[in-house]
Order: sequence, then C-alpha cells, then structure tokens
Amino acid sequence: MSINQAVLERHGLRRGEYDRIVAALTREPTETELGIFSVMWSEHCSYKSSRIHLKKLPTRGSRVLQGPGENAGAVSIGDGLAAVFKIESHNHPSFIEPYQGAATGVGGIIRDIFTMGARPIALLNALRFGPLDGPDGPRTRRIMDGVVRGIGGYGNSIGIPTVGGEIAFEEAYAGNPLVNVLCLGIVEADAIVKGKASGAGNPVYYVGAKTGRDGIHGATMASAEFDEKSAEKRPAVQVGDPFMEKLLLEACLELMATDALIGVQDMGAAGLTCSTCEMGSRGGAGVEIDVRHVPQRETGMTPYEIMLSESQERMLLVVKKGREAEVEAIFEKWDLHAAHIGEVTGDGLMRVKDHGRVVAEIPNAALVDQAPVYDRPAAQPAYIDEARSFDPDALPPVVPTEALLRLLAAPTIASKRWAYRQYDTMVRTNTIAPAGLSAGVVRVKGTSRALAIATDGNGRYCYLNPRRGAMLAVAEAARNVACAGAMPIGATNCLNFGSPERPEIMWQFVEAVEGIAEACRALDVPITGGNVSLYNETDGRAIYPTPIIGVVGLMDDASRVVTRTFKGSGDAVILLGEDGAELGGSEYLKTIHGLVRGDIPALDLTREHALQTLVVRLASRGWLKSAHDCSDGGIAVTLAESCFDTEGTGASVELAATSELFSETASRIVISVEASKEKDVLTEASAGGVPARRIGTTGGTRLAISAGGEKAIDVPVAAAERVWSTAIEQFFKRAVA
Amino acid sequence: MKFAIVVFPGSNCDHDSYHAARHVLGQDAACIWHKDTSLKGADVVIVPGGFAHGDYLRTGAIARFSPIMPAVVDFARRGGPVLGICNGFQILLEAGLLPGAMLRNSDLRFHCEHVIVRVEQTDTAFTSSASVGQRLRLPIAHGEGNYFADPAIVRDLEASRRVIFRYCDERGDATAASNPNGAVNNIAGICNETRNVVGLMPHPERACESSLGSTDGLVLFESVVTTLAQEGAIRTA
Repeated sequence: MSINQAVLERHGLRRGEYDRIVAALTREPTETELGIFSVMWSEHCSYKSSRIHLKKLPTRGSRVLQGPGENAGAVSIGDGLAAVFKIESHNHPSFIEPYQGAATGVGGIIRDIFTMGARPIALLNALRFGPLDGPDGPRTRRIMDGVVRGIGGYGNSIGIPTVGGEIAFEEAYAGNPLVNVLCLGIVEADAIVKGKASGAGNPVYYVGAKTGRDGIHGATMASAEFDEKSAEKRPAVQVGDPFMEKLLLEACLELMATDALIGVQDMGAAGLTCSTCEMGSRGGAGVEIDVRHVPQRETGMTPYEIMLSESQERMLLVVKKGREAEVEAIFEKWDLHAAHIGEVTGDGLMRVKDHGRVVAEIPNAALVDQAPVYDRPAAQPAYIDEARSFDPDALPPVVPTEALLRLLAAPTIASKRWAYRQYDTMVRTNTIAPAGLSAGVVRVKGTSRALAIATDGNGRYCYLNPRRGAMLAVAEAARNVACAGAMPIGATNCLNFGSPERPEIMWQFVEAVEGIAEACRALDVPITGGNVSLYNETDGRAIYPTPIIGVVGLMDDASRVVTRTFKGSGDAVILLGEDGAELGGSEYLKTIHGLVRGDIPALDLTREHALQTLVVRLASRGWLKSAHDCSDGGIAVTLAESCFDTEGTGASVELAATSELFSETASRIVISVEASKEKDVLTEASAGGVPARRIGTTGGTRLAISAGGEKAIDVPVAAAERVWSTAIEQFFKRAVA
Repeated sequence: MKFAIVVFPGSNCDHDSYHAARHVLGQDAACIWHKDTSLKGADVVIVPGGFAHGDYLRTGAIARFSPIMPAVVDFARRGGPVLGICNGFQILLEAGLLPGAMLRNSDLRFHCEHVIVRVEQTDTAFTSSASVGQRLRLPIAHGEGNYFADPAIVRDLEASRRVIFRYCDERGDATAASNPNGAVNNIAGICNETRNVVGLMPHPERACESSLGSTDGLVLFESVVTTLAQEGAIRTA
C-alpha cells in the first residue's frame, strides 16, 4: 500500500512519526502494522504529550502495593487485603452516543479492576455537562439522560453499586461532556494478578465477546478534537453487554483462584493490539497470535480490523502450558468459549498471523517503550491576568436569603438524587452510608473496616488557576473522605484537558499536574494510577481544565461512619478552620453575579492535613454527629445541606460578617457534636493546631444565620430543601428533547 | 435450617441473600448453581435478585429453562417455602409458580431507594412472624417492577388474600404517590394458592442490619425459620 499524507492523516500520524516507524522496523510497515502503530502511538494509548509530566506525581508510599503501569493501582488496607482502584474517562464516546459511551466506560473500568484479581465492590462517577437550560439545554438534557441511564444500565446489571461521585454544570462542557468512572475492588494482597505474558510456549487465550467492526480507531478518535462531523464517528463507539462482562468477571475470578494463570489483560482501548503488546512488554516476552482463531462476529474481517476492533467484554489470558483443560472447563461452566489464539514466544516480538501468513511483526518495545514522547511548548494563556482581576466591593448588593435559595437551585449544588436514584447504590450489602449523604462508604465484609471514596475537581477553579485548582481538588476529595471518618490513603486521577498542541492548554496541564503532585505529597495520598484525556475540544473551544481526583480512605471501625446531616436538636455546631472572605471563582459569583473571575481560594496544605487528621480522630472517637466540608456555595450552603435529609432539622448560627456567607475559603468543615462534647472537641482541635469555634446550635425548623450581629439568612428548612431537591428533577419532567 | 440460594449466571444478589441467611441469621446456607438439578436437602429456597441471563429478552424468561428449575418447582409443589426477590420474583412469574407479569416501571426509569410496604397477610411462610398492617422499610432496585395481571387474576389474588405486601406511605395508606413503579393495586408481593411460595420486588436481604439503614427485612427470614421449626421441614431432594 502506498503511504501518502492522506493515509497518515486517517491514522492520526505525523510524517515524523511515520519515519520513526520505518526506523523501528527497518522497513515500510504493512497496512496492519500501520494500524497497530497508529493506535499504540495515539495520545490515548501512548501518553506522548503527558508522559514526561506524569513522572512528577508521587506514586510511592508505605501502603502502595501497585503504582501506575498495571491495569489499576493497589494499596494495603490491613488484614492482608488490598484496595484496587482506578478512574478512567469515556468523554468522547459519551458525547457521540451517551448511553453506550457511558455504559462501556463503566464496563471498561470494571475490567481493569477484576483483571487485577480483585472483586469490584463500588463504582463512582464524576460527570460534567453544559447548562441544563438555555440554548444548549435540550442537547445537554439528552446527553445527561443517556449518560445516567448508561451508567445505571451497566452497573445495575452487573451488580456493582454506584456509591458516589459528583456532577457539575458549566458552559465549557456543553460541546464536550466529561464522563469519568472510578471502580474500587478488594483482593488479598498476595493474590494480585499482573497483566504480563511470560514463559515461551505458554498458550494465549481469548475469552469473551466476539470481535466485530465496532470501535475501530476508538483510541484515535479519543485523541482528536470534535467538529461538526463528529456524528459520523458514531461507528467508533462500542456497544456494551453487562451480562457478558458478569460472566467474564465471575469466570476470571474463579480462574484466578487456581494457579493456572500467568497474566491477564482486558481488551480496552486499541483492543487486541494493546493487550498483546503490553502483556508481552511487561513480561519481557513475545506474543504470537493467528487472527484466524479470534472469534468473529462478522464475516470477511481483515487482520487490520480484527487487531484494531474495540468490541467490548473481551479478555486476553496467558495460562500455564498443560493446564489448558482446567482453564477451558472454568470458562465452559460460565458458557464462555476460551479460544486458544496463540503462544508466548521468547523473541520480544508481537507477531500477528492470518492463516499462518505473517501480517505484522513488530518489536513490543517499539510499540510500548519507544512511542514518541513530546515535551510540548507551554505558555500562560492571555486570559489569566484579566480574569483574575476582580474587585468584590464593586458587586451589586444582594439579599442573602435570596442568594442562598438561588445557589441551592444551581444544578451544580442542587441534590443529585434524580441521577443516583437510577443507580443501584446498595447491591452487595456493603454500602453503609446512604447515597448522597457523604463520600461513598463500603464496609469490607469479614473485617471491622470500611473504605470511603470520593471524587472532586472544580474546572472553574482550574480555569482561573490550574495549579491551585488542582491542589484544591486533591484537598477536597481527601477532605470528603475524612468527613466520612476515613483516613485518606491513596488517590487516582483523571486529567481532562483540551488539545496539548496548543501551548496555553499545555500550560494548564503542566500547572495542574504539578499542583496535584504537591498536594498529594503534602497530604500523603500517593497517585496509584489514572488516565489522561486530551483533545476535549469542539470546534476549537476547549473545556475548562478539569483534573478529577479520586481519593480512597480507610476507617478501622466501620460503625463510626459520619454523614453530613444534623442528628436532632441542641447539638453544638462547630466550624473547624478559618473564617474567610474569598469569593474569587466561587459558585456564588457565577450563579448570582454571572462572573467567572478572581483568584481562587488560598490553600495551606499543612493546615489542610491537620484539619483532615483532626476530623478523622474526632470521628474515630465517635464524637461527630455530622461533618460536612465547605466548598461550592460556601458555609451558607454547607449549613443548609446539613439541615437537609433530616426531616427538617434547622439551626441557628452566628458568623462574623456577611462576606463569609458564600466564601469558598478552603480547609473548613462544619461539624455537629453533642453540646456536652463541645469543650472536648475544641480542646482536641487546639491540640491538633486547627482553629475551631462554636458557631451555633441545631434545632427548630428554620435555618437562621446572623452575620455581624444582624440577621442575614432566615428560611424554613422545608422550603429551602424543596428548592434544592427539585432543581434538577424539574428539567427531566418535561419531555426529553 | 438450610437455605438454598439459586445462582444464575447473572444473579447479583446471591451473595446478599447468602450473607443474610448465613451471617446475620446464623442459619446453614448454600449457593446452588443453576445447572445443578438438586437443591441438596435445603429446607428453604431463595431465588435471588439480579439479571439472571442478562434479561435482554424479558426478565426471567430464560431462567425458567435452567436445569435447577424443575427441582425448585417440585419443591414448591410439595409445599416447600420458596422466596423470590426482585429478579427472583420475576423468574417465579415466568416459571408459573406465581401469576402475573412485570412491566417496565411506569416512569420508564430504574429506581433504587427505600420504600415502605405494608404486610397484608401473615399466613405465609415468610410473614408468619409479622403482624397485619405492619409497615416495613425496604429497599427497591429495579427497572421492571410494575406488577401487572389480568383483572380477573388480580380480583382472584385479592379475594383469596394472596397480596402479601403493598406499597404504602408512612401512615400505611396505599396511595398512588407511595407506589414507586405503577404496580396494579400497589402490589409489591404475592403468594401462591398454597401460600408457601412468595415473591416480592423489594429486597428484604438488604434490610437485615442496622448499618445498612433498616432491619425490617429480618422478619421475612425469621418467619420462615420459625415456621419450619414449628411445622417441620419439607426437605428438598
């Protein structure tokens, strides 16, 4: 075949990259080889623009059993067990085909967890959409409806509870929604399975769904911007089958309980290509397969199509020679056919045959280790200085109660019950904190422990200040876990950005990664894995830079789980952390004044760490009746949300000034404790170096907040809760456009 | 007592039923693979929730052909207590052990939340320790729980006191607002003519420990344990 510019463009390859391919092979590639290189060297698979920066992330720690590089990360949780977790994006497919895009995102991350030998026990999702109203409203509602149904459709069927996550709405996501999915599993620490192929002569098996023409070049699609022709890319979105995945999950876990398995990897992005060369590369071996033996759903598929298909629910396994019958019997039990498609070799090559004829023969190293690495130019965008300049004194006056009600109705703050009610949040009977009341909390059966898990990431913050915005994302995710009573022990990140080929986007990326690294070090939460999603742009408009951080926390005593809701009257309401008047980048500025301006709240990581340590200590003593962090909408919203889902318990609170009501000053948590415990808590806070003071008392049916001695907010809890709980739902009562 | 939990390939509440029977109630319990043909001497059979065979066709439609089902039907015909939960209820409908069918939820969405059901009858194996009118707070998690049957069948169910659980509000009134899925007459659970086979959409096995938010589901398990202790068990083959 002749390799002209058009062929290269279709494969998303540059001329310089093509020259490297020729150099690696010392000859021109075949068509199949060109396809293989194009997906393995795509941004999605190779991390070529991000790799040099990702090295800055802290990935080690006393609990880390597996850092980045495998299918998922793992941290020790005691009792000989490990928590295995990772977050991944499925943004591009979810924009084109919301239901299937989101569903297959869930399916993909679940496979990453059980290929490590872990039983998946919890899912979370971080979603970003455009506004539900206005000109983009109909499309956004259609996308959100499809994404929520897709997440539920997959997770509910396979029987893994969706226990948490978050949703935010910004104009910047109208043409490029974000769907990031996190899965958490449990495995015995000494039984973690790796994705490696080793031992020349060992058989290579293909198990799961048949290979079709769906998803060909999905990884390439995920490495390009969108334009008006994106709908034409629909065939590159895969279709999910949660029942097939359930069979694979159970059969693989059953197989892993034997010692017949050498390694396993799911066929996700870049399908058979990626799994084959990555397993070979990790094991220092070669892998030879014949596509003739690959189960096919369609007739007349070429080796090129078979190697590049991203059909879902497929696994590649290497097992010990001589154990074939045992392995095949396990899959037969689950009505799965394990196809013997090749062997491990000692030559370090990925060799693909078609009926015995070699159609591709590439050193694994060329595909995996020698992929291009770019140190792309980065430059601070022009908008930054202008956007950060902001004078809070120039804002028009507002009535605080009205502002609070409008904030509670803002979809980013409003109750997400409409969405999570469509997810099975309880299956497997481990979910010990009700949905929507805290970070996701799952007990670990057979132990006294529980794991809490949360995701966070404020795109608006990162637009204004990507470095500190990313730090705040780490801090908030960890703080949410701590509020549930769990000590943060590990993190995963999903980095959603625009095109790295634009220096201002690259600057956002580098700043954010360095911010994450600094915060993770200070808070002692190593990054054990994650995913980078670039080219999140439509028609040249990038999303807000959006690093999503998932943090896992451990609590030794599952009975000490804490939620955000006040529990009865007469309890002391205490603010842990400093007062502040920081409105820059806040939800208040955006919702009430229509401004995305100012610099975002300051963050002192030492104080943040002290705060989290304190709240975990208070929780472990059983002193906390509620704990809720101050974030979007400031302390007024935090207090309101502490009153909600309590059957109307109110509170009376005094603040120093009205400027504090909606300030999003970081490192703050509102707790409630029995009045008799107030002194002990304040003493403990003082010893822990955390500013703390009693700001009020729970009780009554109203939320009454005075500021500077004057009444600022006074609203019946029931009325405020109605606004908050129906704000999102009302958009979907109308017909979905 | 020995509980048998029937495991189809897409069952996903099998562990939960096993955990409730074995670890919460401290009873003997075993999971029985759907390709088996014997219930192995169990005293109680639970057909758990999930998506038995993917349910792309119709919930439970394929499960009734599983090799274990003749043993379940035979055990039920001999008077053995059988509880179908959620997808298990759907399977019992398809298998003809209970009358009626399931439609998509009336709003065409999956619902997962706690609801309240009222115990209508206590002369079944699974409600004997409850009291009539007792309100139970139980989770639901289904997309197709909108119970439907021919009006004549519904009349017969009502006349023969075979509606066992009904969705209701906190005061115990079976209102439209308290009906989460549009089920006819707010029906959440029914039994067969001989009152030993009970199916319900809510998940009692998810409501057996206070840390999970409710212990109201325990009464179903305690009922069958007590009933069998008093009346003597009918052993499965």
